[in-house]
Amino acid sequence: MAEPLLQVERVSRRFGGLMAVNAVSLAIAEGRITALIGPNGAGKTTLFALISGFLKPSTGTICYRREDVTGEAPYRLARRGIARTFQIVQPFGGLTVRDNILVGAYLRHTTRDRAQEVVEEIAGKLGLGPMLDRPAATLTVAGRKRLELAKALATEPKLLLLDEVLAGLNPSEIRDMMPVIRALCQRGIAIVMIEHVMQAVMSLAEHVFVLAEGRIISEGTPSQVAADTAVVEAYLGHGAAARLGGVHAH
Amino acid sequence: MLSPAILTAAVVNGLLTGAVYALIALGLTLVYGVLHIINFAHGALLTAAMFAAYFAYRVLGIDPYFAVLLLAPAFFGIGYALQRFVIGPASHGDDRNMLLVTLGLAVVIENALLFAFRADTRTINLPYALNGIDLGFAFLPLPRLIGFVTVFVVTLALWLMMSATDTGRAIRAVAKEKLGAELAGIDVAHIYAVTFGLGTACVAIAACLLIPSYYVNPNAGNAFVLVAFTIVVLGGMGSVLGALIGGLVIGVVESLSSLFLGESLGQIGIFLLFIAVLLVRPSGLFGARA
Amino acid sequence: MKEFGAVAIVIIAMAVVPLLAVSNVTLNFLIVALMIALAGQGWNVLGGYGGQYSFGHAAFFGTGAYVTAVLQARYGVNAWIAFGLGIAAGALIGAIVGGLTFRSGLRGSYFALVTLAFAEVLRILASVAPITGAGVGTLVKLDLRPASLQFQSRAEFYWMILALVAIALFVTQLIERSRFGVWLVAVRENEDAAAALGVNAMAVKLIAMIISGAITAAAGCFYVQYFLFIDSGLAYGTWMSIEALLTPIIGGVGTVFGPLLGALVVRALGQGAQLIAGGEAPGLDLVIYGCILVLIIWFAPRGLMGGLSRLRNRLLFSASAAEARHG
Repeated sequence: MAEPLLQVERVSRRFGGLMAVNAVSLAIAEGRITALIGPNGAGKTTLFALISGFLKPSTGTICYRREDVTGEAPYRLARRGIARTFQIVQPFGGLTVRDNILVGAYLRHTTRDRAQEVVEEIAGKLGLGPMLDRPAATLTVAGRKRLELAKALATEPKLLLLDEVLAGLNPSEIRDMMPVIRALCQRGIAIVMIEHVMQAVMSLAEHVFVLAEGRIISEGTPSQVAADTAVVEAYLGHGAAARLGGVHAH
Repeated sequence: MLSPAILTAAVVNGLLTGAVYALIALGLTLVYGVLHIINFAHGALLTAAMFAAYFAYRVLGIDPYFAVLLLAPAFFGIGYALQRFVIGPASHGDDRNMLLVTLGLAVVIENALLFAFRADTRTINLPYALNGIDLGFAFLPLPRLIGFVTVFVVTLALWLMMSATDTGRAIRAVAKEKLGAELAGIDVAHIYAVTFGLGTACVAIAACLLIPSYYVNPNAGNAFVLVAFTIVVLGGMGSVLGALIGGLVIGVVESLSSLFLGESLGQIGIFLLFIAVLLVRPSGLFGARA
Repeated sequence: MKEFGAVAIVIIAMAVVPLLAVSNVTLNFLIVALMIALAGQGWNVLGGYGGQYSFGHAAFFGTGAYVTAVLQARYGVNAWIAFGLGIAAGALIGAIVGGLTFRSGLRGSYFALVTLAFAEVLRILASVAPITGAGVGTLVKLDLRPASLQFQSRAEFYWMILALVAIALFVTQLIERSRFGVWLVAVRENEDAAAALGVNAMAVKLIAMIISGAITAAAGCFYVQYFLFIDSGLAYGTWMSIEALLTPIIGGVGTVFGPLLGALVVRALGQGAQLIAGGEAPGLDLVIYGCILVLIIWFAPRGLMGGLSRLRNRLLFSASAAEARHG
């Protein structure tokens, strides 16, 4: 692949005796959608926290656009162009939807008028237009997920980390969200998504990493990964691949 | 310059005072460990208890050490009621609000005492106050000696209660994992109130122990409670052992800095230590990482 | 724009008051209330908008007061300059306390404690240091000329404090509409989410604290010019720390007019209580303040301004509903 946007090199993070992330290396290319999947507790969100600066790696380095950004504070990484959404959405509850997005917009635009324009534009793209002046706390789950996305987008990132942005949505809401995510990638934003909704992974992702017990156990295209015994076993337990039969080893 | 005799006496004095500080700090750290807030009304409750002990002696003729048996349960009840019916409901579960509510209560209690009893300083004079044990290198006044012993007895009793009784276990459960405790059927509001009650009872006992040696006025509690804050932060929020050891340490620090710097500046030593600990190691010596 | 208009209207309305036939007692009441409002406006920037609740704002009030007093009394510095330096000193203390505490990541209860401790340390230092006059305090010489920032009539003092309050109102309004203000409020609501959006939370909180310190210090400087006396209890005592936080909370945290409204209402209630009690009733007003604080948090956490906006919404809503019925 051409010069990777993000290079994670043998990154580990331990909590006391637990190795939450264990010597993980991966590269993310510009403008592509990558999925990060794995069973619960695999360390996916921890990895996101490491990449976005909320946790410091115990060992290893993280390079963004060829610069070593290991251990930089979250706000610095956001300014460089790495944005993230949170698994448990974190709206600014007491503020309106507009003001929520405004916080992100102000990163790249210093005047109120210009920042408001950006807010309107992003809200329009994500279908939040009619709700702009409502308190963020009154949004539905789907609305909050869109708001979470809108806030991150307002910072005009080059790398967007989406942490289970489809969780808690019903099938029609998921169907509505998928073209939105695809459109982002078409605008040149590299996306890494942690997802459990497999249909989204299969249809959106160009490349998939599988994390289990803190290690990368498989990577490849969605279909390659789905056929990998190791992946099946990580989800369904030891010997599951054989029991299921007809699944070929990677 | 300063003879070992004077220094030793200062250290011993510091330990005796420190024990009572530890008891006050114990109440504070208990509340923090379980409710995860700093009870700003702690000092005002101490002042109220001191007034109560004072009047118990003056009006009812009850010796402070016996007043403990009366005031500890009474103040437990007051603390329980305050948390259950005022602080809990008023805060709507928000920590910042709880801070303000306890501050508001502190203001109300202190100034109600000021309004009722004016700012005059009062003292009591126990007939046996000047008796004591003469160890040669130091003189241990009887009231403070009793105080010292009582503190250890109370701490032991509390520790036993926490480890051996159902309520104690419930308290520890809520302190560790509130949601889990709730799911297991524990009435969290009740436990919060019990904990607050225990903290207030500690303060009531401390008041009875202090009365023979100290003065009472509406500001008295404040002087002690900032010291208690320092102890709790130094020893670690939520740590009983930390409160005990911290109390003794602070008692000695205060005694020695008063010796070298004089009364008022001695106080500064404590506050500066307090600020330093907060800035450098807020989790204290024994506490969990904040 | 219309928000600044509202500020202007309020200020003009209040400026007219001394021209009506009001007594010196009333003017004195208003002057003190406005001074408390100013102190509260300072607290409001850090606590209301920034969400960092300081329990030791007397540290700024007292510093402004002492710097102003001591520079005039001991070093013969011109009153206007001393006033300015007092404000600068408040800002400096804000930078120091903020720098130390925010760098250590202190929040919530711990922040409240540390600010309380700082105020206490300053109080004790002021009560023993020779430069502040120690226990006796510092007196500023009576010299009723504008050059010494002292005035013959109460009305002129009233306009002076009103001018300061007006400046603080404008500053608060500016903050509310600016990028800094949006970031400050974001930090208050959710510091981690704000950081993920590129907000340097530490810098934002520090700047808020510096502005906060400067505004509250101005109230202290004014105190000295009006009363011509300061001592450690008046400067750094808990009474001011409590009033500084009480007025914005009651008036409405995080609003432009909250502290002003809160100060007027709280002071009025305090005076009322004193009148009912018949004069000498130490502590009664504070008892009432404490009760109001608890009641407001309990039933109206957004304060009086919050109540007013709820009322306005209800009126607007019912007006349009009535229109819809008749239209």
